[in-house]
Amino acid sequence: MRWQVQVQRRLGHAGSVFELDIAFQSDAQRLVLFGPSGAGKTQTLMMMAGLNTPSQGRVVFQDQVVFDSQQSINLAARQRGLGYVFQDYALFPHLTVRQNIGFALKQGLQNPSLAHEDSSVAHWTQVFQLQAVSELYPEQLSGGQRQRTALARALVAKPRALLLDEPFAAMDRPLRQRLREELLQLQTELALPMVLITHDEEDVQAFAQQVIQVDKGRVISDANPYD
Amino acid sequence: METAWVALALTLKVAGWATAINLVLGVAVGYALSRWRFVGRDVIDALLTLPMVLPPTVLGYYLLVVLGRHGAVGQWLKEHFGIQLIFTWQGAVIAASIVAFPLVFKAARAAFENVEPTLEQAARVLGLSELAVFFRVTLPLAWRGIMSGTLLAFARATGEFGATLMVAGSIAGETQTLSIAVYEAVQAGQDQTAHFLVLVTSISCMAILLGAGYLAPGRVAGQANRGWR
Repeated sequence: MRWQVQVQRRLGHAGSVFELDIAFQSDAQRLVLFGPSGAGKTQTLMMMAGLNTPSQGRVVFQDQVVFDSQQSINLAARQRGLGYVFQDYALFPHLTVRQNIGFALKQGLQNPSLAHEDSSVAHWTQVFQLQAVSELYPEQLSGGQRQRTALARALVAKPRALLLDEPFAAMDRPLRQRLREELLQLQTELALPMVLITHDEEDVQAFAQQVIQVDKGRVISDANPYD
Repeated sequence: METAWVALALTLKVAGWATAINLVLGVAVGYALSRWRFVGRDVIDALLTLPMVLPPTVLGYYLLVVLGRHGAVGQWLKEHFGIQLIFTWQGAVIAASIVAFPLVFKAARAAFENVEPTLEQAARVLGLSELAVFFRVTLPLAWRGIMSGTLLAFARATGEFGATLMVAGSIAGETQTLSIAVYEAVQAGQDQTAHFLVLVTSISCMAILLGAGYLAPGRVAGQANRGWR
């Protein structure tokens, strides 16, 4: 089984209490968590990545237990080897596109220099057609370029799987469709497992091999659309 | 004239040391207070801000009580190391540091709180240790805010009078900083010297303020971003 996720957490929000209790298993290469905003999708994804700690539960990725509250196992995000594309892309505003993409290749206390050259940075810069903007800063990029930069930055680190939080939410329709196709193509070429969360039915149709529908912190349906 | 240059050099030495100390401590304390929630955080914040609102003479008095010959720290230093801080330039550094400290730590805390948490998380997912996250993401993004606070602290340390006079006195060439030299010159009726000292002080403070204004975050929207590069 590729993913075994069972997470629980109570979140207090000014008076109202939100209880997250999500459990699913998946072998799909392209898994989609689908549901309205505020359903707990992002929380779940962050728990899978190690950016957020469930109060109880167990997360297994490809036979490796990355979190288990009973056995007190909790691998830090940097030890899980997963790529994460944030909803707002979280590009480092003080670094150029090329420095952003090469970020994970330097593990010391210093960022890659402006002139930093690397074959995998060059490769992904080319794949995502970012050569022309590689010296620019994130604020100077278009929405599509930002997303590609975020993808390239995650892929350079050679992740074992890629987690994407609403990757198309901030885009207009034509761009959304184009980037959806690009992502699908990329997934097929790399055979890289992906988990994508969205509130957009079209994303589900275009992308999902398995879709977990989430609402109010619970799984309400778990289906393979191709069945 | 001679007095003025000696006093200026001493002032820069004292303010420079005080600023260096505050930069390290202020960044550390500002970071701790911005990231860790603990009981009594507000009380600690208020205590550390106190030097900004207390009269400098009150601070000077506290320092005399603590560092003086009969003070707990003063006695301990004298017995174990033979060090005496009262009436030395090092004593002036301590006085200036404490008076200017809130300016650095307040600015640092605000700057750290302004750093987008998802940027730090992005760095963690990309495999960085917590130390690397701090030096490669958090600190560079907070740097402008910290620097503008630090420059103001330098200016405040340069102009320190009350606490310094009480702790370090006014020994020409040793503890007589510019602001104290002005006071002494006026008291002694040396108008010429006073004029010159005041002019030197005003020009240095103006230069510092211009520098701080340039570094202040959010001065003009797009312009502020350019400081990262």
